[in-house]
Order: sequence, then structure tokens, then C-alpha cells
Amino acid sequence: MATNKNSNKGVSRRKFLVKGGLGTLGVLAVGTYIFRNPIRRGILGKVNSLEMPYTDNTDKPMIWFEITSDNFIRLHSPKMEMGQGTFTGIAQMAADELSIAMHRIKVVHAASSTGNVDSFATGGSTSISGLWQPLRELSAMLRTMLLKEASHKLNLDIDQLIVEDGTIIGKGKQLTFAQVADGVDEWVVPDSPVLKDIKDYKYVGKPVPRIDLEDKVFGDPIFGMDAQMPNMLYGAVVRSSKIGSVFVSADSTTAEKMPGVVKIIHEADFVAVVANSMIEAENAKNAIEVIWESYDNLNTKDIVEIMTVGNGSSTIIQKKGKALKEKDNSLTMEFRTPIGAHAQIEPNGVVAFVKDGKAIIKISTQVVGLTRKEVAQRLDLDVEQVIVEPTFLGGGFGRRLHTPHAVQAALMSKAVGRPVKYFFSRKEEFQHDMFRPPTHHVISGNLNEEGLLNVLEHEFVSGDVGNDSALIPGFLPPIIGADIGAIRGGFIQYTGIPNFRSVYWHVDLPFATSWWRSLGLLANTFAMESFMDEMAIRAQMNAVEFRLRQIADDPIGIRLKNVINAVTDKAKYSENIVEGRAMGLAASIDANTPCAQIAEVSIVNHEIVVHKVTVAMDPGLAVNPDQIRAQCEGCVIMGISAVLYEQMFVENGELAPTIYGPYKMALMKNAPKEIDVVLLQGKDTPGAVGEPPLGPIGAAIANAVRRLTGERLTQLPLKLPKYI
Amino acid sequence: MKISFIINGMSKIIDVEDENTPLLYIIRDVLDLKGTKFGCGKAACGACTLHVNNEAVRSCSYPVKFAEGKEIITIEGLGNRAKPHPVQQAWIEEIVPQCGYCQPGFIMATAALLNKVPRPTDKDIDNNIINICRCGTYYRMRKAIHRAAELSAESSSTSFKITD
Repeated sequence: MATNKNSNKGVSRRKFLVKGGLGTLGVLAVGTYIFRNPIRRGILGKVNSLEMPYTDNTDKPMIWFEITSDNFIRLHSPKMEMGQGTFTGIAQMAADELSIAMHRIKVVHAASSTGNVDSFATGGSTSISGLWQPLRELSAMLRTMLLKEASHKLNLDIDQLIVEDGTIIGKGKQLTFAQVADGVDEWVVPDSPVLKDIKDYKYVGKPVPRIDLEDKVFGDPIFGMDAQMPNMLYGAVVRSSKIGSVFVSADSTTAEKMPGVVKIIHEADFVAVVANSMIEAENAKNAIEVIWESYDNLNTKDIVEIMTVGNGSSTIIQKKGKALKEKDNSLTMEFRTPIGAHAQIEPNGVVAFVKDGKAIIKISTQVVGLTRKEVAQRLDLDVEQVIVEPTFLGGGFGRRLHTPHAVQAALMSKAVGRPVKYFFSRKEEFQHDMFRPPTHHVISGNLNEEGLLNVLEHEFVSGDVGNDSALIPGFLPPIIGADIGAIRGGFIQYTGIPNFRSVYWHVDLPFATSWWRSLGLLANTFAMESFMDEMAIRAQMNAVEFRLRQIADDPIGIRLKNVINAVTDKAKYSENIVEGRAMGLAASIDANTPCAQIAEVSIVNHEIVVHKVTVAMDPGLAVNPDQIRAQCEGCVIMGISAVLYEQMFVENGELAPTIYGPYKMALMKNAPKEIDVVLLQGKDTPGAVGEPPLGPIGAAIANAVRRLTGERLTQLPLKLPKYI
Repeated sequence: MKISFIINGMSKIIDVEDENTPLLYIIRDVLDLKGTKFGCGKAACGACTLHVNNEAVRSCSYPVKFAEGKEIITIEGLGNRAKPHPVQQAWIEEIVPQCGYCQPGFIMATAALLNKVPRPTDKDIDNNIINICRCGTYYRMRKAIHRAAELSAESSSTSFKITD
């Protein structure tokens, strides 16, 4: 066993509380917290390399583990399961440190009533990396406490005992964890946890199947949309289809008399219907006449005009050496990316029940704490009186980093004194999404005699990602000066270049944009890596060599080179066109995880077809290699969808389209038949996984198209000119 | 009006005010079978796919009146943990789901495809499996569909004792 070197700043400083619970034999709850200042994350120039810690913010004891009488462990996860496999990863970590079989660990979403909720969010590809140290320490702590208690009960020394699959054994005697915990009122809490050696882990590092696999294959009711409460009614909120609408007043006389209507609710900022069924609520909603104050009509071209480098205010986020003075002998290119929708299949939904000064909120959300706070504020309740019970998410992707519809459902429930279920229609999902912002990039560079870049400059403008988000405290953006989300991937990663700078421009849009999986990474990497490829072609240098020679030999640079080399070897990268197929290479660093991809592309019937994508990624220690592969595959396909098909338009003041199909997305037929993933381990702790593979895909495809057709495509979604 | 049908092997008589109510709402909110999902309400995503007389149907846009006298199977009736359907078994073997929300619809669409085309080619899969998965599990799904076809063939050859 290895002593934990970090024990003096980890778990040992926290208070422990162990108490019995209803139907449980022992509960490990932890008071105080591991708070690390979120401002630190925002220090410019480091945003790309910093990994966000797990943060909890409650001073109340938080329940982590419960031991049940059948010797199972219920692990309360502060992180939501939205497909990224966090439940499986944390079960692996806990099972190994507790010395118990994985099937004996049942992971549940922590409700806010147990206090064990992440103060920030489930997002930013931080769940496994952030919980890696604290969760293993807590698990080791619980194992040690159980051993001490067993030693007492069995009248044996601790070093005479071993733990095997949740049972403590010594000198022919044995007790299960449940038997050890039974009847214990006071626990002996060890000073510091002693972690096992990673090489002794049975589950961590192995491709074990997802623990939620069967629930999802047999159709168990695990999602927010499946939540219900006895005596439940259905709500619908009237929303304007026009951008920027402000509610003025509503006439609901017709709607009030419609079948199934229980109550029409008039609030200062919205009007809603509560009815016996969803359909009756929707029908009555459509009969309410609302007066809105709206913006003048807007169209996509107006948005493009606003979203142009040079508008608004600018911040230099990265700088080295001299700026490009003369544009002679330099290449300047412009790139654009459109508005993107989250389009997660489970609509935003919630069941709320407010009665007797208490609120229960069942919801699929990435922000338990924020949701709780907003409901408490609007209903004038103490936060302790608001219990948020999170469910599995039918897709997160950043769409649920603000879930204020919980407030509306709570107000509806309060008005009728019964539980109310409320969810968005698909049209509302598309029109009231908080979109991936459109971007515009101007990139310039010139080559020296060796054919390497002498200067590289990236100027880009993006709609807000984090700036106007409810998740980020309002005082932060002015301190930071740049949007921490929009600048993801906007930095120059070829820091071997002698002169470079990156400049972020901020403009306001008339509709909400926000977090979309990987934030600025998708757009910024598309632009930067397309430009790099064009420069490699100008330099008449192989795209791999051109990149490798301009990456600095610092730790992250070396890891970036390693993934580029790995993907090149695995895909057998070649710049020749073979049987109508060309390869395109691109690479990115996101949240300290480098990723490189090679796309194999051909043109069939004037359409871009992606046959194969090879991914090399270095996320550090792989807790579950299979789920990391799954995230790579998913990001590749979601990325193909975004870069080849997806685009929201603004038409006469309305966001459109409002339904799948017209909002074109990748289907089965558009997914590559081969996705090959190579995982490297360039550091000994787990890093970000769920977003970094979204970086390279856009440029990898565009670079393949360039080599195949000679056309440099500079706008997403990628569209071939008519003559090809 | 009263509408009767068989769902997952059980006879049900439903009293509806509006016979055009989508079957999905009856199944989720009246019969409390939550495995069939609401995604878009316009038959555009396939999350609500179930079987009516062995055909894949997008139930959000299927008026309940058309179910009169028919046999419906939902994900809950396709198979269970003790006896998974070959498609469910293949989905488990290939570790397909991520968020999981669209998966019942895909599983039902695949089971219906295999009823008609026991050994689908990639082209058959591309043409017939047209639901939407936002997590991008298509790559594993394709493998799972081929695996399900194998499993179905194995189980039918066992039960009919057919040898090569």
C-alpha cells in the first residue's frame, strides 16, 4: 500500500460524520469542502491547459455512501449521468478502494437534500478527473473505518484482517460490511486515507461494461421525462416564436373554458396553463393571446454582419513576439461557423411539487445547485426547503447548464397545490435553445525561408458562451476580460512559432447562446487547423512534419506531438489520393487533453462522405478505456453532424428550423463505417475525455476535401461548390 | 370512445375522449409504460418507435384509433433481463448506449428490420434505421445490428434444429 502524498490537503482536513439512515446501516457523510477558487480557472492563457477540480460548496454533511443490509453500497454521485459514463467510472474507483465487487455498488444521483451536489455543474469534461482523488480517498477512508470496526467486533488486530469483495476476513472468522456496520453508533475516523497502488486495482483501467447498460436497453423509467408524482397535472408555458420577445400581457378567456384546463397562471413575466393532460395543456396554451414586445425582424445576414471580427471589443488572449506588420507575403483567410442547436433528444422537462413551504423538483439538469437556488429565490423559500432530485439526462451537451423551467413548473404547482409536469415541445426546444454561438475567424501568417511560420495571428469573434451564463457569477467576465467558453481552442498551439497572437472579439447577439459540448473548441479548431493545413500546402511540406516542427518541446507540446505521431502511424497517413479517397489531419488541445484525428473522405454524388476516422488521444490515465473510446466515437459522429449538416437560420425574426429533418443531422448512413481509436497515457491521472475529441474533426474533414478537390472550404457546414 | 388492443401480450380496453390522441400518450401517460420515449412529436426522430402488428411505428404521430384490434409491442414487451431479445442482447454485448434516451426506439426499429430482413447489409441498415441519436452511437449500433442478426440466426437454428 502506498501512502497518499496529498493527504495533508485532501480528505483528512475534513470533518467526518457517520450516522445511521432509514433502511441503511451506515452512512459516510463528509462535512466542509474542497473549494478551489474558480477564478483560477479563468486566468488567461491557461484556460486551455487547466483541468477543473471537483468543487462542492456546502457546509452541511454530505452523504457519499450508504451500506445496505444486503451488503450493497449506494454511492451518491454529485455528478449527473448524461451518457458520458461517469457512473461507471466512479463505481470502478469506489469498488477498487473499498475492495468490493463492482456489482455491489449502486450509483444514484445525489439529491440536494443530501447536500452532496457539485456547486458548479456536471460539465467541462471534469467529472472523472475531478473526483479521481477525493472519491478514492473517501472510499479508502470508509474501508479503513470498516476495518477498524471489524477488528473491534472480531477481536483481531487490523493487520490480521483482509478485505475481499465487501467481506472482512481473519483467522477463520468473517463479517460482511453490512454486518460490521450493523449497530455501530460511533465510528473511529482515521486521520488520513491510505490509497492502494494503482497497479493493484481490479477495475480502474479496465474496459468494464457501463453499469447503466441494462436500464437503458430494457427501457427503465430513468429520465426526467419519465418522472411523475401522484395526482400530477401537466403544464405548458406560452413562449414567443420571435427573437428577443418580452412578455407584456395575455388574454386567456377562451383558454380558460377549454376541456381539461385546471388553471391559467398569470405571472409578471409569463403566462401558463395547467391541465389534466399534456395535450389539453398544449391546446389551451395555443388559445391564449399574448402581446409581446419584439425586436424588429432579423435575418441570418444581420447576424453574420454583427458577427464579424472588428465589431465590439477585443482582448488579446495570447501573445508572443511581434505582430504581423506587413501583410506582404502573408496569407490571410477567413472562416465562419453557424448557429448550432443542442438538439438533444430528451426535451427539457421537470416535475415540480410545491406545498407547505417546500418544493420538490425532479429534473434532468446539469446544475442541481443553480436550479435549487433559482427556485428558492423566485418562490421566496430557504434553499434547504427546495429538494432537487436529479434524474438521468437524455443528453446534456451543455443544454442543461441552465434549467430555469424548474422555476416555472414550481410556480404552476404552487398555484394549483398539486404536482405539475412541464416539458418543452420540440419547436420550443429549437427556438428557445441556448445555442452554440456563430463565429468568425480571421487568420494570418507568413512563412520564413525554411517554410515554417514566422508569424501566426488568430482573431475571432463569437457570441457568448460563458459571459452571460447563469452559471458564471456576473463579476467574473469583467475580471477575466474574455469569455472562458468562447476562447476554448482559440489559442495558438504551435508555440514553437516565434511570433504569434490570438485576439478574442466580443459582440452581443439578440438571442441566447451558451455552452455547447466543447464550447469554442469545435469552431476555433476548424479555423486554425484548416489554416495550418493551407500553410503546409504553401510550404510544400508534409502536413505532419509542418505541424511537428512548430510545436514547442514543453510537456503539453510533447504530448501533442505524440498523439499526432500515433494517429499518423495508425492511419498510415498519406497525402496521395487512393481510389478516390483522401486523408485530412487535424489536432487540438482541450482542457489539457491533446487529440489528433485523420479523416478519410471521398466525394459521392456531390456529397462529402467520411469513410473512416482515426483518433489518437492522450487523456492521461484511462479509468475506463471502453467508455473513452465511446466518447471518441460519439464526438466524431456528433462532430460530423455539426460540420457537415447542422445550421440554424434566422428568418424574419424567428429561429428556424424547428424540427429534426429540416434541422439536418447525421443519421446512421452518415456515420463512418470505421472509427479507430488509439489511447496514449502521457500523465498518471485521468484528464478530460468527453469534449476534446470534438476539436479536430471539422478541419480533418475539410483538409481531406482540400487535398481531394483543391477547394479550401472555409464555412461550416462544409458545402462543396456546385462545379465539383 | 373505447379502443381495445393487445399490448405486450395483455388485452387492454382504453376509454379516450379523442380517438386521434397519439398512441404514445396513451402508452406513456395512461398505461404508464415509460420505455417508449417522446422526442419530437412529429415522427421526425424515432424515439417513440414501437411495433404495431410487427411493423415499426412512430407512435407520437399514430392516432390511437388505428390501434383498434391490433397487437402492440413496446420495449418492455420485447425482452427482459431474464430473457433479452437478440437485439437487446447484442446492444449489451457491444455496449451501445450512452445517454440511452433514443435507444429503445432504435432497438424497436432494429427488431422490426430483422423481422423482415434477417441478415441486413450495411445498405439495408442505412436505408431502414433512420432514427436520430445525438450521442452518436451509430458506429456501435451498426456492429450491434449485425451481431443481433447473428444471434437471431443462432437462436432460430437451435429451436428448429437446422444444421448447415
